Amino acid sequence: MNQLLGFVKKEFTHIFRDSRTMIILFGIPIIQLMLFGYVITTEIKDARIAILDHSNDNVTRELTNKILSSGYFRLEDNLQNEHQIDPIFKKGDVKQVIVYEKDFAQKLEREGKANIQVIADASDPNTAQMLYNYTNGIVQDYTKKKYAGFAIPVQIKSEVRMLYNENMVGAFMYVPGTMALILMLISAMMTSITIAREKEMGTMEILLVSPLKASHIILGKVAPYLLLSIIDAVVVVLLGNMVFGVPIRGSIVVLAFLVVLYITMALSLGILISTVANSQQVALFISGFALMLPTMLLSGFIFPIENMPVPLQILSNLMPPRWFIDALKQVMLKGNGLEYIWPNILILCTMTVFFLALSIKKFRFRLE
Amino acid sequence: MKETKAATGPIIQVKELVKQFGAFTAVDHITFEVQKGEIFGFLGANGAGKTTAIRMLCGLLEPTSGALQVAGYDGYHQREAIKRNIGYMSQKFSLYEDLTVYENFRLYGGIYDIPRKERIRKTDELLKKLHLEESRDKLVGGLPLGWKQKLAFSLALFHQPAVVFLDEPSGGVDPLTRRTFWDLIYEAAHHGITIFVTTHYMDEAEYCNRVAIMSEGKIVALDTPAALKAKYQTESMDGVFLKIARNKE
Repeated sequence: MNQLLGFVKKEFTHIFRDSRTMIILFGIPIIQLMLFGYVITTEIKDARIAILDHSNDNVTRELTNKILSSGYFRLEDNLQNEHQIDPIFKKGDVKQVIVYEKDFAQKLEREGKANIQVIADASDPNTAQMLYNYTNGIVQDYTKKKYAGFAIPVQIKSEVRMLYNENMVGAFMYVPGTMALILMLISAMMTSITIAREKEMGTMEILLVSPLKASHIILGKVAPYLLLSIIDAVVVVLLGNMVFGVPIRGSIVVLAFLVVLYITMALSLGILISTVANSQQVALFISGFALMLPTMLLSGFIFPIENMPVPLQILSNLMPPRWFIDALKQVMLKGNGLEYIWPNILILCTMTVFFLALSIKKFRFRLE
Repeated sequence: MKETKAATGPIIQVKELVKQFGAFTAVDHITFEVQKGEIFGFLGANGAGKTTAIRMLCGLLEPTSGALQVAGYDGYHQREAIKRNIGYMSQKFSLYEDLTVYENFRLYGGIYDIPRKERIRKTDELLKKLHLEESRDKLVGGLPLGWKQKLAFSLALFHQPAVVFLDEPSGGVDPLTRRTFWDLIYEAAHHGITIFVTTHYMDEAEYCNRVAIMSEGKIVALDTPAALKAKYQTESMDGVFLKIARNKE
């Protein structure tokens, strides 16, 4: 026990003495969270639009006011005719043009319906879709309120409601994803690098010849990173909650369990990488390419899994972060408990055991 | 815990020792003994089986067959006990460069379970002897190579092992530093510690009490440097080495 404590102490000294490690451990998580939260946002705010009002009556004016006061849109230009639409899109001045047909108010009164044309710049399809949804929502809301008393023309209309994230706040999506990324970075990458460093410097030999057990060596190397990862997880959750308002609807205990399980999985992956990598550079390369990219691209963090080609969808099943992010969202946003996320837990457990077993096998093999 | 069995008799006993990896025989029936306080040189080209042999002697590898005893412990079933009773210094002087001199001692003390008081006393004593007192709280990374070498050797002896294995301990060090380093080795041997050393430098081979030369997994020569030179009728260990290589062809 004494041996192990001394060893862990030494590991902490390595970490605290290396400013680069400290930056990776505590600077990057915060910077990344802020980046994903603020910069890479999918929310619509002040999107520039143009309006072509053929009718210019009190209803269209009212509607336009409502749209512009929503906070989502900003009026760039009032168009006079259809010919102006194409150039204004080409110049990239606006993302959307709203066209009211002629005699809008009259038609609405007489026939009970009038047309609005929404033209969006779909070179960025996600944004286009979202702008349309917002516009549609505002229009629906307006008609509902204004004609609430009129029971006669019962219109059936579809109404979209974004559950669990009503305002489609991007941070709700990015906080769990960032957490998966950061914990993978710290746990897997840092562990593999620190073990590879012992090999590179030749100190691993010294440790192996010493009475320290191999399991103690690994435990001593991993324990500090487990602790620091947990601290980082707490920081991310708190920042997400206080700065971006990401709720924690589920049980804290379940959340903590899930996070610790994921960290353990990442640590075992780091150990596995270190059994293959003999230098810090190789360890960095493997964890950078083999872990970071899939974590970003294939886990549903940035791109929705449902939209991927089938082979990639199948491949995404092998990505541990996928199951973590999914479970994390369930717990934090939906308030789901173990009865819903047990498959994810089971999968993460299986992966952990698999990585550990493989590491032990490789480690033995190296010794032979 | 520190007592070594078999205070009399050889400290390392190897008989018909074999290590096979699949179909490949890395160490092929080697037999030798090393006495207490002896400086035993272990030479051979790369791939001659030196490393595998040392790994077995250090308790890192289980032999395929043959008998092996180090410090009175069996090489099959008492490998943990062997590890406690040997010291090891690698060719990279493997110290933690981002720890201070003192912290390196503290770490070794912890790993080998040396009581705190004893550790502090011995650290001070060693630093004084090596004239490193002023560098006590300096990072090891900034020390000259020769100092690191001495430090690594002292650390390998820190827990008073019966045998210390030096794996090419003089790599990259100039001849003068090498000479003063060997003074330390002689001193340790004088105190009854057995030294088992591998080397590429033939001047170092001359310093050993006895030398074993390995080739293709076998020991092809084993004697005092003087006897070997007489046998192969040359002036230096270099010549011995060359003649053995030529005979093989």
